[in-house]
Amino acid sequence: MEALLPYERWLHFLAGITWIGLLYYFNLIQGQALAAAAADKDGPGGAAITKYVAPRALAYFRWAALVTWLSGAAYLGKNFTGAFTLGIGQHSSYLTNIGFGAWLGTIMLFNVWVLIWPNQKKILGFVQATDEEKAKGKRIAFLASRTNTMLSIPLLMFMGGASHGLPFFAG
Amino acid sequence: MNPLDSVTGTIISGFVLAVVLAYIAAQIAGA
Repeated sequence: MEALLPYERWLHFLAGITWIGLLYYFNLIQGQALAAAAADKDGPGGAAITKYVAPRALAYFRWAALVTWLSGAAYLGKNFTGAFTLGIGQHSSYLTNIGFGAWLGTIMLFNVWVLIWPNQKKILGFVQATDEEKAKGKRIAFLASRTNTMLSIPLLMFMGGASHGLPFFAG
Repeated sequence: MNPLDSVTGTIISGFVLAVVLAYIAAQIAGA
């Protein structure tokens, strides 16, 4: 399986960029665009964004998240357990750093599939929900998405740092 | 106020968290 490692890493990068790129799109662009559209009383409104853009972006977003995690798990291979136990007792900076990254990525995957997507289905009208459920779901999805944006910062530090060194590590 | 309500607060929180986690990771790894 060693021969597959470069391909697993390549896939992990491609899927990860797709996932986090869309996460940044949601947090830096779409949210503000919908707020601006709602505030612009003479404008066209944000209905087209929620009808035509958001569902497509969410589809790539959630499936890219899953592919990122699976390709990352495949890449870890025999290091999977060592990474998820943070390399404790093994004096391995690689296992500790990639382990922190793996845990952050796992929490983020959970947020996507358990907190963001089920609530977005209510917000976008894919499933029945009362106005109260939609309002609650909107807040949960928003905070989960912002949490993932926050977590992506240490995540990328650890992912890159595992092989190339961390700014806060000696040597 | 929740820092995650603003983009700036989210980014600053991310960097603060990164520093804290990197310190913890360095202690665990014995680096």
